[in-house]
Amino acid sequence: MTSIDVLIADAGGVVITPSGRLTVVTAPQLRTVVAEQIALGHRLIVVDLSSTEFVDSSGLGALVSCLKSARQAGGDLRIVAPTEQVAMVLKMTNLDRILQPRASVADALRD
Amino acid sequence: MTMNATRRDLRLLEHKTSPRRLAVIRIVIVLAAASGLNYVVWRWLASVNWDSWWIAVPLVLAETYSLIDSLLFGLGAWRIRERGEPPAPPAAGYTVDVFITTYNEPVELVLRTARAAIDISYPHTTWILDDGDRDEVRAAAKELGIGFITRSADWIDRPRHAKAGNLNNALLATEGEFVLVLDADQVPDALILDRTLGYFKDPTVALVQTPQWFENVPDSDPLGSQAPLFYGPIQQSKDGWNAAFFCGSNAILRREALMQLGISRYVEEVEQSVYRAITTSRRLLARAREEAAGDRRVTLALRRAAEIVETARTEILRGDGISDVTYRFQRGIDAISTEYADSDIALMRDNLRELAALSNDPDTFASIDDAALELLSNRDTSPIAAIEAISLLANALNVDRGDEAQAIMPMATISVTEDMATSMRLHGLGWRSVYHGEILASGLAPEDLETMLGQRLRWAQGTMQVFFRENPLLQRRLSIGQRLMYFGTMWSYLSGFPALVYVSAPVLCLAFGVIPVTAYSLDFFARFLPFLVLNQLLFWVVAAGRPTWRGAQYSLALFPVWIEAVTSAFRNVFLGQPLGFRVTSKTRIEDGRRRWDLVKPQLYVMGALVVALVVVSIRILAGQAEGIAPYVNIVWVFYDLAVFSIIIRAVLYRGPVATTKEIS
Repeated sequence: MTSIDVLIADAGGVVITPSGRLTVVTAPQLRTVVAEQIALGHRLIVVDLSSTEFVDSSGLGALVSCLKSARQAGGDLRIVAPTEQVAMVLKMTNLDRILQPRASVADALRD
Repeated sequence: MTMNATRRDLRLLEHKTSPRRLAVIRIVIVLAAASGLNYVVWRWLASVNWDSWWIAVPLVLAETYSLIDSLLFGLGAWRIRERGEPPAPPAAGYTVDVFITTYNEPVELVLRTARAAIDISYPHTTWILDDGDRDEVRAAAKELGIGFITRSADWIDRPRHAKAGNLNNALLATEGEFVLVLDADQVPDALILDRTLGYFKDPTVALVQTPQWFENVPDSDPLGSQAPLFYGPIQQSKDGWNAAFFCGSNAILRREALMQLGISRYVEEVEQSVYRAITTSRRLLARAREEAAGDRRVTLALRRAAEIVETARTEILRGDGISDVTYRFQRGIDAISTEYADSDIALMRDNLRELAALSNDPDTFASIDDAALELLSNRDTSPIAAIEAISLLANALNVDRGDEAQAIMPMATISVTEDMATSMRLHGLGWRSVYHGEILASGLAPEDLETMLGQRLRWAQGTMQVFFRENPLLQRRLSIGQRLMYFGTMWSYLSGFPALVYVSAPVLCLAFGVIPVTAYSLDFFARFLPFLVLNQLLFWVVAAGRPTWRGAQYSLALFPVWIEAVTSAFRNVFLGQPLGFRVTSKTRIEDGRRRWDLVKPQLYVMGALVVALVVVSIRILAGQAEGIAPYVNIVWVFYDLAVFSIIIRAVLYRGPVATTKEIS
């Protein structure tokens, strides 16, 4: 993964954009970033997947454990605009039954 | 990520048992099955002595059990797959984690395995997974320059799930593409990865299992520790049906497959718990509404809660994301319960204050604290309590699986033997497994009877837990062959019940003249002997020179263990009672006492068999025992005694002469 961008949204909530590959190697970074944001008091975590080219099951696992952390802090985690490969993996594992992607960041920030 | 495979690799990946051997095996299977059916059908239709039905029916049921066992064995062997040379290992560049799992084994034993693991030639990272979190092991791992993993803080006050939990914790803390799992006592060969990684050139292979073999066992194997038939033809048979299963150690797993399994299990379990939460909420609300009849304010609150539950139900049915639905559900219920509980408590507090003002005793108010108020507002029957209960449900049955340390649990936690359940689920997802029958690690078997019995009990209990929780016959995503192969292993653990019949029937016949079979005649021998002989022949052909007698002895002689395993697993799964299971100790308890007390049922059985022989001798001499029946049963008793004699040897066994002294 090249980078994880973090942007604090005006409406409250934080937008996290992992770009490149979200795999077993890079998943811990995502978990750390999300944990930091929750510790800073952010409750609505939006993960923008529009520049994530590839995700493996460990990457999905990281999304789930971030969702768990957000919920346990009384907040929520939403995913946005997955690329084709990512959408396919979400569908194959049925994870889209639980984490249904939102079309846009603005949409995800709405309560 | 896919490995390159040469033409030779592809050929080796496809390697099967030779057609000639397969043909011989199949002919014997057909003959054994036909003779077995011929015998058992005749037994049911023409030879049950209904006058003594109380023993005749159990006996014919036991024989039917054995026939099914034999048919399942034959079905497996029909596609036996004896793999030869493995495909070449991939060029370096693939990452492998070697996990050594330990809980309370002696430190030196763990380190012996760790040092051998470091020496594995294919590039890898070695980790000790110490569930005992021991400083000594931590320091030793540091000194050896290998990884040391203990449970993360998430596991505090949550179910630990024994070894499965230990592995799940480590899977989230590491990142190798492949994982070699070793029990603390299993010292790996340096080539273990070179000889197995090549199978992953098939991108659908998730698991390569190799044998468990024990170095501290004499050739006579008095405790039946080696399992030459299981780590041979039985796993090879299952392999032919793509059902070779994970045995907890000496196996290499593909991380991607495990993580995918973790994700799909998470989705399934969340879906189920959300459905349950909604159904339960509706029921709770309906009951509360009846009780609240008359109280307008409460009825209003309940109506609002019901609307929220209904909305969630509709949204789920419509296919909305469960995460969003539960989020809205939770927030809605929380809002109601906070609002109402607050105003209720405020109202009650006002009433109490008035009461206190009227009272002359200054302590009245002081004695009623907020905790008591909470109790008042939480009376079981109150409608407010119903909303509270729903809000609890909404919290408990959430997408975060807050009751578990990790949302993703790749290793199955439904059984004390996580291995079998995990591989069954991997097969359900369409992954393949390989059984590579080359010994690539050597371990330490229990050296005393008590430890051995505890270990067998645990394996049997684990298998039966899987049977009761995830019956393989009902797993729609498995092929029929896979279902039967998993079922076959479970079926074999039911053998304790027929064993009981097999020892009591001849005793009853000899001592009391109770005859369960009407015709001990030419008819009987003409049907029974071919079945017996062909069945033995089948074992002999399939086993290809491996010893089978020890296994046959223990499968009958440990009948009390098998019965306890089935009944305790049943009580555990359906009545929620604990299994009473303990971790197998790898070293012997040296107090030198002979543990006859551990095998009392077997000693009673042997006593009864001997007494029966004495009684029948007297009866024959007195001319009371007629016909061929007593003689058939005398032969049978001698067979039973030969089988049970292993129990005496096991009690007398003092452990190997000199192998593990340096370890313990």
